Formats: sequence, structure tokens, C-alpha cells
Amino acid sequence: MTAVLQVEDLKTHFFTRAGVVPAVDGVSFSVNRGEVMGLVGESGSGKTVTGFSIMGMVDKPGRIVGGRILYQGRDLASVGEREWQAIRGRHIAMIFQDPMMTLNPVLKISTQMIEAVQAHVHISKQAARERCLATLARVGIPSPAERMDAYPHQFSGGMRQRVAIAIALLHDPEVIVADEPTTALDVTIQAQILAEVQKLAETSGTALIWVTHDLSVVSSLADNIAVMYAGRIVEQGRAATVLRYPAHPYTHGLIESIPSRNKRGGDLAQIPGMTPPLLDLPQGCAFRPRCPKATEACRAEQPSRRMAAGQHARCIHPIQAAEVAQ
Amino acid sequence: MSDALIEIENLSKLFREDHDMAARMAARMGMGHAPATVHAVDDVSFSIAPGEVVGLVGESGSGKSTIGRMIAGLLPATEGRILFQGADITTRNRAETKAAALQIQMIFQDPMSSLNPRMRVREIIAEAPVYHGIIKQSQAREFVADTLERVGLEATAGDRYPHQFSGGQRQRIVIARALAVSPQFLICDESVAALDVSIQAQVLNLFMRLRRELGLAYLFISHDLGVVEHISDRVVILYLGRVVEIAPTEALYSDARHPYTQALLAEVPRLSFEKRRFEPIKGEIPSPMNPPPGCHFHTRCPFAGPRCSREVPRLRHSGRRAVACHLEDGGVE
Repeated sequence: MTAVLQVEDLKTHFFTRAGVVPAVDGVSFSVNRGEVMGLVGESGSGKTVTGFSIMGMVDKPGRIVGGRILYQGRDLASVGEREWQAIRGRHIAMIFQDPMMTLNPVLKISTQMIEAVQAHVHISKQAARERCLATLARVGIPSPAERMDAYPHQFSGGMRQRVAIAIALLHDPEVIVADEPTTALDVTIQAQILAEVQKLAETSGTALIWVTHDLSVVSSLADNIAVMYAGRIVEQGRAATVLRYPAHPYTHGLIESIPSRNKRGGDLAQIPGMTPPLLDLPQGCAFRPRCPKATEACRAEQPSRRMAAGQHARCIHPIQAAEVAQ
Repeated sequence: MSDALIEIENLSKLFREDHDMAARMAARMGMGHAPATVHAVDDVSFSIAPGEVVGLVGESGSGKSTIGRMIAGLLPATEGRILFQGADITTRNRAETKAAALQIQMIFQDPMSSLNPRMRVREIIAEAPVYHGIIKQSQAREFVADTLERVGLEATAGDRYPHQFSGGQRQRIVIARALAVSPQFLICDESVAALDVSIQAQVLNLFMRLRRELGLAYLFISHDLGVVEHISDRVVILYLGRVVEIAPTEALYSDARHPYTQALLAEVPRLSFEKRRFEPIKGEIPSPMNPPPGCHFHTRCPFAGPRCSREVPRLRHSGRRAVACHLEDGGVE
């Protein structure tokens, strides 16, 4: 299978007064057609900045300082803003956590959507409107013809997120970057959106990069998973492999701390300590101070290595399959 | 149940839209519209035993936070009673209410908005116990050090300000402040929802340890069914202001009776080793301003019949369980 998008050794740093913050520091992964890639991490792990880098939306004082983002033979990391405008929204689109980041509160949905269509293709307003209606119906908005001329505040949270997804779908992009799109939604609405997204990846072949902190959501949605910690991918591979046989102690700790993995009422397995500040990362493996398996050897830089179960992890003391409680 | 710590009886809360001056004048001239009302909490009854953890689950608009706020005394109830150790705390008899208010403490979702950024942690924690005469000012330093230790923070944390801590540590400070007045009952309103997964486990473990050490009872308000399953003894499920089901946790998760509970449990994302197909229930939560008649859930319920849109189902108790569904009470026809 060929990769639609390939990220190679991406480095996005923020040049602040306090120093250089390596928010993304050497991230590599690729997504294939019709596949869902779960980019998992806690706050400050760099997952969102990775998504923004792919969209060419890193603002000052941040800057891509290294690596490549390959899309259709082009390196997006070195593309100018003008070229970006032709790509963004048409070939690579984004869905945000808060749909109000996508929607303008003082414009009708129809105005915003038609504008998004006509920005990329020269078709009549009527044709653009038809396309919008079809897309709204695709994401499960009931009676789209009536709803289309409403304002964003007239929609519920779940419906707004559907509209935001519909806008991302207008041009059938090859890649969609979704940044925690269901985190703010209720459980029943989240399930509806996940169902739509799943159908979408299967039928239209869109590649999805699903950025989230929630392992449970990606576990049933993603084909591949990359776990980020302090700006780096510490483990990546097929979702089933990474979740069943996590090799990196951080991944293992994350999975074990999910309440349903523990005895009810008993103590939850917990990862001690907290994420280190990016300005003051420990030398070598950044997880070292919190890791139960850390040794002196972990002070050295850890390359990503292939593990027994097939995934890649940056760890010299990987968890063996036998150690993982099933 | 007379041995209950908290008893909530037929509790209701109506929110009424406040008319501005123009609307009031229009109303006087006979052109106004009736103020919009929201029945946020509708005839809710349940009890909590000493040392018990009760999970209160519902989606947005279910009234779960409103119930928490009414028990904490932050919102007056429109109807119904809240008994704390047998005494009604909704009547606002001053001495009793004050005593009960100390026994009931609330922990919110966002610790930063419930901590005064200009106060040192020491002052934040000692303020209430000194004011209420639980400790003397001269004992404050030692008291704060003990309380901080209890929640897993170092004694030196008292000299710092809230912004100098991480999210998880701040939530520990909020918990320490609640514990400083030796409460018997904590209301946790989405207290771990804003925390990272690895930190969430730490704070949940702290809640469980405090329960063992201090015999605390909890009302654990959350939308996260995984967390509620882990921490609760019993679970109360709400839908649009009404209780639809109450059951001991294990019974609820293995054998949910109400179609809404079943749907909720089916849709909780769980860690799975395979991709799975999401098959959601249709429809959205109706607006609380204009809920459907009869059973509020009938518009989305796969088993709904004509009776469901006609008649409000009663919450029927059998043993330790209770469910409000016509299916359990003579059928939907």
C-alpha cells in the first residue's frame, strides 16, 4: 500500500524568550489511503503541534526546523503560504475539537460552505449549494436543505461538529487531520460521529490522522497508533499490536491506568510523577524519571527499534509480551 | 432508610428565564410571552449511606451538576427536601445549615477556577478551618502540612501559589482544602475530567485512599462511565432531569434494564484490541426547554410504544434496583 502522507523526522520548535521549546522533535510516520492513524498523547506531548505542522499552520514563535512532510511527491514543510492555500481545505483538511473554531458565528452555514467550495473550484453558486447539501446529508444532518440556511448557534454541539466535518469533506480530501473532534461531545453523540468517520474512511478512501488523548476511542477506530511523549513518538505500530503487547513502559502505563483494565474499587495502576517541562527535558529518554525500568543506560539517546511483536519503540528495556496482563 | 447520610426526596429545580425591562413592559401591556422555563431536575429521589460512593451519570442537560449544587447548598431547590443525617438542609435554618455545609464539600472540574490565584496554598487551606474555629491561627502551619501530606503533596507546597503547580497537583490542593474542614461527604463534579490519563489515575487513587482512611462518602458526578464503574458502589442514571435507573454498579454494568442505560453502556469507548463498528442510537438529546411528553427517552428508544409518549414511567423499586420504564411495568402498548 502506498502512503498518502509521509512525515519524516519532523521537528517543530518554538523560539520563546525562555528558550527553545522542542514541541515536536523528530517525528516520523505515514498514513495510507482509507486508514486511520491514531496519534495519542497527553497534554504537552506535541500531538496537536504535529497536526498543525502537517496543515502548515504553525504560528510564530513556532517554526518547522527540520524534517519533511511528503505529500504527492512534494515536501509540504518547504511550501509557501500561496501554495498552501491551494492545498489546505482541498487536499488536506482539518477538524478541530471546538467546531466554533471552524464556523463563523455571524454567517449562515450555507454562506460559509459555499465559500469553501468556490475557494477551490470554479462552479456556479447553485452547483456549489448542491454539493454542500449532498455533503451535509452524508454526515447525517437531517433535512439539510432547511438547516443549511441556519446560523451556527442554532445547532447543537453535535450538529455543529457534523457541519465542521462536512466542511472538511467538501472536496473529498486525501487526508483529514482531526484534533480531538469528539472530546467535547456526549457519549451518544460521540458514537454517532465515530460511526460516520469510520464509514467515511472506508467508502471514500480518505486517510485520517486522529489526534487524541483517549486510547479507548482510537483502540476501536484506528488501524495504526503512534504514542507521543514529550515531543517524540515513543511507540508506533498496528493498533492491535501496540495495545495488546505494548513495549514502551509509557504505553504500558497508559493502558494499565484505564479504569476498566483494573479491579473495580481497587487501586488503579498509575504512572508516578508528571510530564517534564519541554524546556528542561531529561537527557536521553524523557520518560526515564517516571519509568520503573529505567537504568543508567537510559541516559543515552534511544533510537526507534523494531520490537518482537512487530511495532517500533524507543526503549532499551521494552516490556516483554509475557509481562502484559491480558 | 433512616441510616442514610444524605436523603434526597422529590427534588426538583426549575430555571426561569429572567425578563428584561422591555419584556416586562410588553407583558404588562398584554403582548409578552411566558418566560421560558427549564425543568432541570424533575422529582429526583435517592439516598447515600455513610461511606458509600454513588455515581451520578448523565449527558449534558441531564441535571447532574444541578443536583450536586443543590446538595452542596449552592443553589436553592424549587421543590423537595435534602436530608443530611435526618435534618432538612433546604429549610435554611442557619445553625444547622452551617453545620451541614461544613460536612458537605464540593470539588469542581477545573481547579484553577476554584483556587484564588493571589493566595498562597497555605492560606487557601487554612482559611476555612480558622474561620470556623476548627483550628487556631497558631496551629495553621502544622495543620496545613498534615493536610497537604494527606493528599500526597509536600509540606513546602504551602508557601507557593496555585499557578506554580500542574493540573493534577492543583486538583490535590482543592481536595486538601475540602478535607481541611473534616467533611463526611464530598461531591465531585467531573473532578477528574480535565486531567490527563496518567494523572487521572493518581487522583482517583487518592479519592479511594481517602475513603478508606476517613470513611468519606462521595457523590461522584461524571459523564465517564469507565471512571464511574471503577469508583462507585451504586450508580444513578439521569436523562433530561429524571432518574431512569438506579442499581448497584456490578448489576448495572452486567444487566442494565433501561434502554437508555443499555445504549449508553454500549457506546462507551472501551479499550479493544480490534477495530469495531460503532452502532449508535439515533437522534440527539432533546432540548431541556421542550422535552418530549411521557417518557423523555421515547423519541430515541428502540422499544418505544404508544404508552411511552402518553405516560411518564414511574421509578419502580425492586430490591436494591430501580428503573423507570414501561417495559418493566406492564408494557408499552
